[in-house]
Amino acid sequence: MTYASDVAALARKDLLLELRAKETLPSMLLFVIAALTIFHFALPNGTSDVAARGLLWAALIFTALLGLTRAFVAEREQSMFDALILTPVDRSAIWLGKAIAVLAFLVAAEIVALPAFAMFFHGLNGRTVAAVALADLGICTVGTLFGAMAVAGRARELLLPLLFLPMAIPIVVGGVGGYLWFLVLYDAIFALLSWAAFEYVVSEV
Amino acid sequence: MIQARALAKRYGDRRVFAGLDVDVPDGGFLLVTGPNGSGKTTLLRVLAGLAAPSAGELQLPPRHTIGYLGHEPLVYRELTPLENLTLFGRLYRLPERGERIGMLLERFGLWEVRHERVSTFSRGMQQRLGLCRVLLHEPTHLLLDEPYNALDAEGAALLDAVFQEHSFEEPRAWVIATHEPQRVDRYATERLAFA
Repeated sequence: MTYASDVAALARKDLLLELRAKETLPSMLLFVIAALTIFHFALPNGTSDVAARGLLWAALIFTALLGLTRAFVAEREQSMFDALILTPVDRSAIWLGKAIAVLAFLVAAEIVALPAFAMFFHGLNGRTVAAVALADLGICTVGTLFGAMAVAGRARELLLPLLFLPMAIPIVVGGVGGYLWFLVLYDAIFALLSWAAFEYVVSEV
Repeated sequence: MIQARALAKRYGDRRVFAGLDVDVPDGGFLLVTGPNGSGKTTLLRVLAGLAAPSAGELQLPPRHTIGYLGHEPLVYRELTPLENLTLFGRLYRLPERGERIGMLLERFGLWEVRHERVSTFSRGMQQRLGLCRVLLHEPTHLLLDEPYNALDAEGAALLDAVFQEHSFEEPRAWVIATHEPQRVDRYATERLAFA
């Protein structure tokens, strides 16, 4: 119960910060709509469903990357990791709270992006929506871990894409193919690994 | 109690300090002085468990007993003082946090601005809020890096009062790094001067 309330307090803080700053979500929305619009005009008429779905996944992955790049800005610029890791909360609660906030931003962007995709291309089926929902979990759990690692690094703007994009390849494969069980497995494995690894990532930020 | 033996810290080839023994018993007050870049901040970060020592033995106090103030006030600038302290009150699981937060904000002259964003504050007001955050959970190990930084005369007097009061309260171990040693020298039980 304490763990859950710690996570809730930390996620609420991130949502409140975004509500005040209004930086991350508007950028994500603008990016994903711009990307889908470009793809719409770039693709010739009669493009296959698979090709269109592939571009949807590319747009979603890069939109998520944008959100993840911003995820730890307050912690980095205001050295807030120092204050957070001295509290008695389990360090994984910091990761989970942040992952939930990033998930909220990504879902909000997708609420706009998916209908836009359906309008620009060939509609949207339930399997793709389910795949996007499952992929979001994997993106946020792994991405939040790498976001924290990038904060500790020197070339942090370069580090996050270099770490995150290779790990997003299985998500794209599972998403485009609609392999839902594969995505469930990815989420379970990498959520567990990220949860366990976060302690070591922030041990000397 | 804060205790370290033969403590060393390196960043790559650069040695920050080496062979350092630190003993701050409960009720003790270690005053750390030295020029910029001499290792004061690094020492405090190591003693707080925020940076790993390169060598030596360190007896770290439990995390929740540490009150740490760094070069930054360590508060979220887009939140208000009340939201910042409520967040940390929750994370420190303080049962009666409302009362304690109100008392600290009053004491440090921030009660009137408790609903305003920290980003609109002067650096001195942010430092006052940083001190409120440090004292919120009544830590028994206080590690303060340049606590007088950016404080005006009134703020500095408030901090003086905290030192005065706490030196007679229940035993606490203090480590203060400062360029103004004259302000706290009378409380010091140990001194460490970096060259």
